[in-house]
Amino acid sequence: MSALAFVELDEGKVKKSSLEAVTYANAVAGDATAIVFGSMDDGQADLIGSAGASKVLHVTDEKLASPNIMAYASAIAEAMNGGYDQLILAKSSLGDPVSARVAIKTNAALAANVSEPLSGDVAKTSIYTGKAFANTKLNGNRKVISIKKNAVEIKTDGGSASVEAFSPTINNGDFKAKVTSTEKATGDVLLPEADIVVSGGRGLKGPENWGMIEELAKTLGAATACSKPVSDMDWRPHHEHVGQTGIKVSPTLYIAVGISGAIQHLAGVNSSKYIVVINKDLEAPFFKAADYGVVGDAFEVVPKLTEAIKAQQG
Amino acid sequence: MKILVCITHVPDTTSKIAFTDNSTKFDQTGVQYIIGPYDDYALARAVELKEATGGSISVLNVGEAETEPTLRKALAIGADDAIRVNAFPTDAFFVSKQIAKVAEEGGYDLILMGRESIDFNGGQVHGMVGELLGMPSMSPVMTLDIEGNTAKLTREIEGGKEFMEVKLPAVLGCQEPIAEWKIPNMRGIMSARTKPLSVVEPTGDAPATTVDNFELPPAKKGVTMVDAENMDELVNLLKNEAKVI
Ligand SMILES: Cc1cc2nc3c(=O)[nH]c(=O)nc-3n(C[C@H](O)[C@H](O)[C@H](O)COP(=O)(O)OP(=O)(O)OC[C@H]3O[C@@H](n4cnc5c(N)ncnc54)[C@H](O)[C@@H]3O)c2cc1C
Ligand SMILES: Nc1ncnc2c1ncn2[C@@H]1O[C@H](COP(=O)(O)O)[C@@H](O)[C@H]1O
Repeated sequence: MSALAFVELDEGKVKKSSLEAVTYANAVAGDATAIVFGSMDDGQADLIGSAGASKVLHVTDEKLASPNIMAYASAIAEAMNGGYDQLILAKSSLGDPVSARVAIKTNAALAANVSEPLSGDVAKTSIYTGKAFANTKLNGNRKVISIKKNAVEIKTDGGSASVEAFSPTINNGDFKAKVTSTEKATGDVLLPEADIVVSGGRGLKGPENWGMIEELAKTLGAATACSKPVSDMDWRPHHEHVGQTGIKVSPTLYIAVGISGAIQHLAGVNSSKYIVVINKDLEAPFFKAADYGVVGDAFEVVPKLTEAIKAQQG
Repeated sequence: MKILVCITHVPDTTSKIAFTDNSTKFDQTGVQYIIGPYDDYALARAVELKEATGGSISVLNVGEAETEPTLRKALAIGADDAIRVNAFPTDAFFVSKQIAKVAEEGGYDLILMGRESIDFNGGQVHGMVGELLGMPSMSPVMTLDIEGNTAKLTREIEGGKEFMEVKLPAVLGCQEPIAEWKIPNMRGIMSARTKPLSVVEPTGDAPATTVDNFELPPAKKGVTMVDAENMDELVNLLKNEAKVI
């Protein structure tokens, strides 16, 4: 049994979620090969190696340098046909559509939102927006598995990975969709990648008050997020909104400030390992889903918390 | 333009999720069913596109007879006809095969779906249908305009968005703010009763996955309250008890 892990780069650097995919592939198959597209910064193959891959298939064709769902799916399917019966990837805006297309191309069974290592042919998948799990049996002998953040802890003691060039066939039919431009925040911790998320709700009264949220996030190396009304009112960008209709996150720590904890909000954050709730109303439903709670005015509590963390960090 | 909108029939977003029969069946007791919220966005944009450029909208659901009221609601919102593939939607692969067959026969220019269903949350069906039909598939789509045989759209990515041009026919998984949800009006509701709803039998394809059983997440052990004046204590708990900072 051998497994291929699709590794995504963000500005030349391997995404953390992709290292989880590498470790997961190593855990299910005993060894892993990574497939990477485009130019990698120095030292990235070493990271992939420590996470558990012994080989990197590196695609350097100019036509595939930037993400292309159809063409990446074709290339990955071709790589799988070279002797891999499993593909592991991290849930993302690129990984999701690629996984579906690869599953069809390779006749593989696909499990998405997988939250822990396989047990035999059974994947534990998160369903009903985090409100339940399904133990899903994958039929047949080929599998595509898309994992949620924190499905495994990234290995750091693997070996080194050899890098091998891989030149897949280029099909013109795969270029029916093209990206004309991209708009992207730089420098911030990407929300789905973050171990810690600091999130603000309508209780913060207005976008001008987000400074203290950003300060707390910066102190913790965290990403910022928000509730739906906050992005609906354009206080924050849409890609920060978590919940039923937004991003689903599963960080190790989620700090909710001035968010009531409506069921649709909880749906996006209920698989966080730990939840801290800061709310002035003791009756806020979010406290029922919290591990730690603080009843108080966010405008006083948040700066104090930031100070206390800074003091600890020295 | 001929548009196909694929809709799910799913529990309302406030539903309590529970299982019966030794955790092998979803417990429908007291559950209200709705058009999937993302599918509702897809349908709303389809109605707007039809208003602007003419054409027709078919809605499709793979499901058993109980989903028909949901299809009628889609007709009331503005679809012209409905198709139900008469089968339990076992998994994404099975559903995709059914949709691909209907789509092939109907020759649609645009196939709109939701970004994901809110029961199985796979976000898989649009990609699978696209691949089965040899069409591009894009998701999650936040804005959509049609110019000739090209779809100009924005797709949400981590930390931002991409602007794209996609050759039609294509399969698109939609999310807000692509359009505002439409509430059916009285005329819509009346006319929905007589719009055609056809039932077709499924293909013989076997699903690629089967659910052994369901589980609920373990109950939280309860909240530890920390005094608002004592943030050092919270930091201490996060550092030494939870070990997360
Ligand atoms: C189909 C559907 C899908 C939805 N999807 C989502 C989704 O994806 N994500 C989402 O978030 N919501 C979603 N919602 C909306 C959801 O139901 C709630 O309306 C929303 O989450 C409320 O946001 P909020 O907690 O920020 O605001 P509110 O409910 O207004 O809560 C504000 C909170 O701030 C507290 N507060 C006020 N002032 C202070 C202060 N000074 N200090 C501390 N606390 C303070 C208040 O006590 C209150 O608890 C959806 C709804 C529907 C119907
Ligand atoms: N049973 C179904 N019938 C019709 N369309 C469906 C069905 N299941 C999923 N879809 C469509 O595929 C999209 C993605 O679903 P999923 O892959 O399950 O997350 C949904 O938003 C619907 O548009």
